[in-house]
Amino acid sequence: MTGHDHQHDSSLSPTELRVKALESLLTEKGLVDPAALDILIETYENKVGPRNGARVVARAWTDPDYKKRLLEDGSSAIAELGYTGRQGEDMVVLENTPSVHNLVVCTLCSCYPWPVLGLPPVWYKAAPYRSRAVIDPRGVMAEFGLVLDDDVEVRVWDSTAELRYLVLPERPAGTDGMSEEALAELVTRDSMIGTGLALQPK
Amino acid sequence: MSALPDLDALPVLPTDKEGPVFKEPWEAQAFAMTVKLYEAGHFTWKEWADYLAAEIAAARDRGEPDTGETYYTYWLTALERIATDKGLTTAADLSDRKDAWDRAAKATPHGEPILLDRIARGADGA
Repeated sequence: MTGHDHQHDSSLSPTELRVKALESLLTEKGLVDPAALDILIETYENKVGPRNGARVVARAWTDPDYKKRLLEDGSSAIAELGYTGRQGEDMVVLENTPSVHNLVVCTLCSCYPWPVLGLPPVWYKAAPYRSRAVIDPRGVMAEFGLVLDDDVEVRVWDSTAELRYLVLPERPAGTDGMSEEALAELVTRDSMIGTGLALQPK
Repeated sequence: MSALPDLDALPVLPTDKEGPVFKEPWEAQAFAMTVKLYEAGHFTWKEWADYLAAEIAAARDRGEPDTGETYYTYWLTALERIATDKGLTTAADLSDRKDAWDRAAKATPHGEPILLDRIARGADGA
């Protein structure tokens, strides 16, 4: 199940505290609505992250040497494409195979591979996903429409501030000869979290 | 709702052709609050641009390198100032609330949601 425990507290940076103070005060006065903020952010950040991760995945699908480097040292291989974290966190890439499916969760929203996936989706930050992904990963995936065969082993990985995971989804069948750019279009954010699969080519 | 704000009115918003780019969630939160307060008519986008530009100018005067790393820090300071000046909140409330969140966060084991009333209920959250 989860890779390890992490028991440190949830200290926020001074800047994060300022933002939370402002947001909670404005929310109490009815001046902002947290749900509306999330919608706005999603609108703005749609392009930010997941496309970076999709390019990493597409490169790994088309370049066996790159894939090898990616699985051996995720941070360095991802940095080759120009995506680096600000906090020195290590990136670990988890390869899905016909027999193993990886699912990434974090119990705190800060533990997410921003450089490759952008901001976490709302559901990733929500308590139901955080708690249930560990207890009942198949049930959670089913809610995303992802049902795996019983003989596929599901591995759940719990991210930390120091260690972020990216799932390398399986390359869909019928994509031989497709360009790296076209392949990247098949890579969804959810497929890199493990709540989905890469899209089938049209 | 009104049209999106004229982002071109701002000095050096870190964008690419597809829109603003955030490195951390708090940056997006600060950005989104600003847009929402603007949309609700609490200030004009020009007023906001003036506040933000003033923070950036002040940082430059302090000799800070003007990099994307610090951009949203200036943004946040400008947002606190304009919200205070417009009477949406007060500096004292912001300071008190920041301390409250700090205590709550430190009392929260990693993995549990940080709640302000955790302090009132005791650090074990029971």
